[in-house]
Amino acid sequence: MSLVKLSLQELQRLFTCGEISAFEIARAYLLRINQVEPKIKAYITLTPKDQLLAQAEALDRSLKAWRKTEPMMAMPLAIKDNICTEGVRTTCGSIMLEHFVPPYDAAVVEPLRQQRFFLLGKTNLDEFAMGSSSEHSAFGPTKNPWKLTHSPGGSSGGSAAAVAADECVAALGSDTGGSIRLPAAACGVVGLKPTYGRVSRYGLVAFASSLDQIGPITKTVTDAAILLNVLAKHDPRDSTSATVPVPDFTKSTKRKDLKKLKVGIPQEFFTDGLDTEVERTVREAIAELERLGAQLCDISLPMTEHAIAAYYLIATAEASSNLARYDGVKYGFRSKETRDLLDMYCQTRAQGFGPEVKRRIMLGTYALSAGYYEAYYGKAQAVRTLIRQDFDAAFQEVDLIATPVMPTPAFPLGEKLKDPLQMYLLDMYTIPASLAGLPAIAVPCGFSSAGLPIGLQIMGRPFEEPLVLRAASAYEQATNWRKKRPVIR
Amino acid sequence: MAITQAEVEHMARLARLDLSEQEKALFCEQLSHILSYMDQLRQVPTDGVPHTSTVIEQSNAFRDDIPTPSLPVQAVIANAPEAVDGFFVVPKILENP
Repeated sequence: MSLVKLSLQELQRLFTCGEISAFEIARAYLLRINQVEPKIKAYITLTPKDQLLAQAEALDRSLKAWRKTEPMMAMPLAIKDNICTEGVRTTCGSIMLEHFVPPYDAAVVEPLRQQRFFLLGKTNLDEFAMGSSSEHSAFGPTKNPWKLTHSPGGSSGGSAAAVAADECVAALGSDTGGSIRLPAAACGVVGLKPTYGRVSRYGLVAFASSLDQIGPITKTVTDAAILLNVLAKHDPRDSTSATVPVPDFTKSTKRKDLKKLKVGIPQEFFTDGLDTEVERTVREAIAELERLGAQLCDISLPMTEHAIAAYYLIATAEASSNLARYDGVKYGFRSKETRDLLDMYCQTRAQGFGPEVKRRIMLGTYALSAGYYEAYYGKAQAVRTLIRQDFDAAFQEVDLIATPVMPTPAFPLGEKLKDPLQMYLLDMYTIPASLAGLPAIAVPCGFSSAGLPIGLQIMGRPFEEPLVLRAASAYEQATNWRKKRPVIR
Repeated sequence: MAITQAEVEHMARLARLDLSEQEKALFCEQLSHILSYMDQLRQVPTDGVPHTSTVIEQSNAFRDDIPTPSLPVQAVIANAPEAVDGFFVVPKILENP
């Protein structure tokens, strides 16, 4: 049995009871990364081998007398490179932050460090998480472990590819309009975007603050629940962090049926633009939910067709404000030999940002500018309210909503780079839950004829992650798509 | 809606982005294309619909005004492109004051 194939849950069990050592875990993952990373390119920064082995040895030594472990102790994780890690550079996939070494840990990293987890490295992403393919990274694209010529999806493509390729046991991603769920679906792993406010964003490099959420990317639904148990916590340092009770999320993954649950199928998510293989696979998955005891209901979310337009105005407007901080003064890149302060700002930003980030800053600046504010940004925020009302009405009738994650399976690298709008349209099924702040999970539900993974999305009411996890877990255990793993060549 | 080269230049100035002629032409075309797609929102009646100001209903988050430890100056300044004696250095702003 290969250690790197284990789930987080399985690895935790073996380590807790002392069947394997921290050193064995570290060594196995270093070997695996050494084998496949040159092909996958999931990581921007890898923790040096000696440092990791020394940490593992010290950990084993400290456990010798009395084996008292913590849930995340010695668990080898990867973290998306827009989440701050003290002393480990955090680039956001950008020249702007190529040499930025955060002086503090993000809130989500703190409990992991306290429990002495293994940070294997920082994973690749579209620059500042802006993209759906991981190609907009200043450090080059990540490859899809199922087919190296294809995109792993984005923007958390490095995290999803690392999990799929067994280069880590689980990873953290961030999701603004689908950036956890899209790559999870494209790489055949599980990705959970928690409810807006469930997980603190303190230390997450801001892209669009009314949308950004951190969440787990894992091999199983139970693993996502295990990680969410660590991540979910009220944090006064993030003023949008919710003060709701945090349950033990793993409890919801133990039930194997969906009895007494109503699952809504929104017709607007099965229209033109949906690949026929994806549609067939997702509909089969939905039929499986029914076999598990769920009652299916056709529902309508009429504003769905306007979600992308609203999202790309709101997200870019917020991004143009958030990214104003990169001015070459306090940290990050600064252009050399400039005429004066204004020229320094303009040159720094021209040279530090890549094309997609510039495009979004321009679009967001336009949407917020005098004369266009009401017509674009204001209109988008009103439409967002209508989208939320659609969901409110639907959730009066149903407990969960099941849809595709991505309109197509993973696509070839380069295919959508020339046409930004085509890339934006990939987010059509993930954006509605983002705009409404809802919890949503991507869980593998089959393969295309070309052997590429396809994902099922399950959305729930705010803070009802337990129900979302229960449905995803019951489906996962009934189908077992996870048994099929990519062969990297 | 089509966006003009002059508008692209105005946005670039507002956003403090020095764009090349090639980028200006490209953004002119791409942003026009993207904004035409956004124009579909005009068909949506939104009179009297409030703007979304908070995603998940929540009230303002207040905290007690108590000083807490912050990062040491050296840790903060360590990432600065240029710093002297704990200060950030920028190009000269005023000519011969």
